[in-house]
Amino acid sequence: MELTNENVLGKLIAQFGEENIRDAYNPDGIMTFTTNRENIIALIQYLYDDKDLQVQFLTTMAGIHFPDHKGMEMCMMYQLHSLRHNYRLRIKVFVPAEDPVLPTLTGIYATANWMEREAYDFYGFIFTGHPNLIRILNIEEMEYHPMLKQYPLEDQTREDKIDTYFGR
Amino acid sequence: MATDNKTADTDQLQEFRDNRDLKLQDKKNENLTTLNLGPTHPATHGIFQNILQMDGEVIMDAVPTIGYIHRAFEKIAERRPFYQITPLTDRMNYCSSPINNMGYHMTVEKLLGIEIPKRAQYIRVIMMELARISDHLICNSILGVDSGAFTGFLYVMQEREHIYDIYEEVCGARLTTNMGRIGGMERDLSPKALHLIGEFLKRFPKVWAEFEKMLTRNRIFIDRTVGVGAISAERALNYGFTGPNLRATGVDYDVRVMNPYSSYDDFEFEIPVGEKGDTYDRFLVRNEEVWQSLKIIEQAYKNLPEGSYHADAPHYYLPPKQEVYTSMEALIYHFKIVMGEIDAPKGEVYHSVEGGNGELGFYLISDGGRTPYRLHFRRPCFIYYQAYTEMIKGGQLADAILTLSSLNVIAGELDA
Repeated sequence: MELTNENVLGKLIAQFGEENIRDAYNPDGIMTFTTNRENIIALIQYLYDDKDLQVQFLTTMAGIHFPDHKGMEMCMMYQLHSLRHNYRLRIKVFVPAEDPVLPTLTGIYATANWMEREAYDFYGFIFTGHPNLIRILNIEEMEYHPMLKQYPLEDQTREDKIDTYFGR
Repeated sequence: MATDNKTADTDQLQEFRDNRDLKLQDKKNENLTTLNLGPTHPATHGIFQNILQMDGEVIMDAVPTIGYIHRAFEKIAERRPFYQITPLTDRMNYCSSPINNMGYHMTVEKLLGIEIPKRAQYIRVIMMELARISDHLICNSILGVDSGAFTGFLYVMQEREHIYDIYEEVCGARLTTNMGRIGGMERDLSPKALHLIGEFLKRFPKVWAEFEKMLTRNRIFIDRTVGVGAISAERALNYGFTGPNLRATGVDYDVRVMNPYSSYDDFEFEIPVGEKGDTYDRFLVRNEEVWQSLKIIEQAYKNLPEGSYHADAPHYYLPPKQEVYTSMEALIYHFKIVMGEIDAPKGEVYHSVEGGNGELGFYLISDGGRTPYRLHFRRPCFIYYQAYTEMIKGGQLADAILTLSSLNVIAGELDA
């Protein structure tokens, strides 16, 4: 089976239903769609196991924060790659900011370990079942998740930066 | 400053911490030595720490800690106009910064929908392949140093200087290059740059052949590297390996061939693959890639097309300085670009290039403003370094050092 965006999408909708594979669009040649956190593991496992698809490489994971999407502020982007067919696809999961909990992907991809730690560190995503969910790049004492949009670029808690030195 | 979801995650985080402490407690009961490798150990070539649990000379477990030179590039990028982000990418894999620069430019060009002239694409290919040579040259010669052969390192370091001279002639900088612009190159290849590249192509093969001769069939080197730090193809794919480290396990995944960019499909070259995925195979794969890179540079240098060195995209590409002083349009565009008043279209793109260490990806979301809404770097080092623990377990301490240098972990790229 030749993999095109249309027939992969059709296959996934047939398997998971239209309410779980929605908002499909194609921003840059890579098909992107949204699913729910309940389905994400089953979906990625299906993509991994399916004989026609063989999507067995996790390229990257990235958190995104949309403060204006009320109720669904946090987005997790999974980008997967089928090396056999050279076919890429992108899956997004939206979760509310009060409850940024997702299931871990470490059971399928060992590489998800640090990617999830990074998403926890910078965005505060909680991955249930993760073996070691601690901060990875920032110091452990940090009390906030710095990539969230409400935090400006400069660290507001620093006291050694006096406004007069910066002409403010 | 408290976060909105701090209360939600505190309990779970405490649970994870307790579990981790329990695990450490278990290890204390065994008769093991704890050894702190790094963060500033000279043999780690960068700042990262590994806490090793040793049974004599054998490594039983390792806990890596990273983030010592984290500079928050992804956050900074959200506040900068597009053209000011290129210098940030320099500082990721600083052994091959032109590849990072070009990868970022190509991502933005994809977002803007700019078509780049052939000549600019060929110049980019030449610069990227020179960068790959300098990257692999460092990695392999340092591997020699770590196994006790200092001489080769000094021989080839001279050649890296010559590559840096070419960078200097093309863009004015040597290490953190900020080379090229969104829309092409900042200037055409000067006659001197062409001369330097020609000289390099003539001189370098002899040097590299000599370097290979010194190490490839060297009994001591083979004893130190064969079977050290091996990883199977399945594990490597599961760990998200890309680049020479993946190819050493026998998987022929190369972004230049899978998803050709910048006219890579015009050139004839081969993808070398290894077999066992050990330190020796990684060394051989990188050696061969240097030859293939030379082949690509030769082809691009001979067939360098005529034409412009930049795209016709006045909204995004800085006009030449003389025109800024003489023409109204150029002055306006110059002002708007420099002041960051040019809005990019809305969009979402992913573009990846074959960096020195593997698939270097840029995931860019633009909401139509002057800065990216989100820019995520897929840094190959960060992704494959997590397999390091698995690769050194059960081996000896001296082998762990060799494995680390053959993986070519660059701290700047690891921490971004």
